[in-house]
Amino acid sequence: MSDAAFTYLLRLGDDRLVLGHRLSEWCGHGPILEEDIALANVALDLIGEATLLLKLAGQLEGNGRNEDALAYLRDAIDYRNALLTELPIGDFAVTIVRQLFFSVFSLLQMEALQRSTNADLAGIAAKAVKEARYHVRHSAQWVVTLGDGTDESHARAQAAVDDLWRYTGELFMADAVDQAVAADGFGVDPSVFAEPWREQIDEIMRRATLTIPPVAYMQRGGRDGRHTEHLGHMLAEMQIVARSNPGATW
Amino acid sequence: MRRALPSREELLEILDTVKDPEVPVLSVVELGIVRDVAASDAGVVVTITPTYSGCPAMHEIETEIRRALALEALGPVEIRTTYSPAWTTDWMTSAAKEKLEAYGIAPPGPADTSELVPLRRRSAAIRCPYCKSHDTTQKSAFGSTACKAIWFCNECRQPFEEFKAI
Repeated sequence: MSDAAFTYLLRLGDDRLVLGHRLSEWCGHGPILEEDIALANVALDLIGEATLLLKLAGQLEGNGRNEDALAYLRDAIDYRNALLTELPIGDFAVTIVRQLFFSVFSLLQMEALQRSTNADLAGIAAKAVKEARYHVRHSAQWVVTLGDGTDESHARAQAAVDDLWRYTGELFMADAVDQAVAADGFGVDPSVFAEPWREQIDEIMRRATLTIPPVAYMQRGGRDGRHTEHLGHMLAEMQIVARSNPGATW
Repeated sequence: MRRALPSREELLEILDTVKDPEVPVLSVVELGIVRDVAASDAGVVVTITPTYSGCPAMHEIETEIRRALALEALGPVEIRTTYSPAWTTDWMTSAAKEKLEAYGIAPPGPADTSELVPLRRRSAAIRCPYCKSHDTTQKSAFGSTACKAIWFCNECRQPFEEFKAI
């Protein structure tokens, strides 16, 4: 088992665990009941996918760490999620624009991973594709509704696009880990998703009457464990019970 | 004296008594969650697959499967979870879909295998399980469980759930 495959699975799993946990913060606070339920459902899908991916990572690592150990007993510096997924939920526009950016990426990524040379990863991806389709539709419809809506909803959606855009580049940045897993067919180099992602986002932005800001610099660091200050606070809350009561069962 | 090992059909009949905790009108066999079952002198091996990656009912379903098989005293029960091929509502039998509708949940249509078309809404309206009208509106693509969506019937003014086709 190569370190690259382990790190690659952590990146896949951490993106979904962290974003799933962020979405769960909306539970009981959604703008309308249906949307409260929708966000909780998407969170459940993402955390479910993360469970499978981190379980596989633990199995391949072979050090006896299961999905719970990887989720609850790692510090922020050991997390490998993209910065986009860890940012605070903001207002509903920030949440839903971030969800669109990630869901379109996730769908492309999972479609490609169905052809992974690792049968377990290919199976997880085949399930995730079905879920990601729903997530893309859900967030795309909302982005169009908000962007092509009232002055207030348009302004908030545009502000969300402006604030989040600089975090989208990291999704497609490939390093030695990506190249290693792509070489043996275990994973896929994420840079190949940049163009189809942009095409789909451009089309949705056009329908939403939103514009993409001219940002030259893209933030990065999450894939190597260099995170924003927000992740540590999120993990503190997410991990407190597991860390205070090691090995507890109920 | 030990009795003969039960056949696959007999085992499936036993598992057919295990209902899905979220959709109690259907069994885990009818839903397509049970993918395989076989008995040997060493016990019973059941292979199951989750409907959705994060389905919280899977643990409960495993417990219920163990309970049902324990009553038959067939030895140790091993439950394996498989993710491939991915679960699809196409595995649901037409009899199961009729039961679902009678229970008040609109059954799934053919699985959605289309390529990504993010903004396309489903063209065919879902039939209201109560008054059978097709004059219905989707209120949310997500419902009380991962496998359901929320609809509203404009004819009988009744909200209802649809088992999502995936």
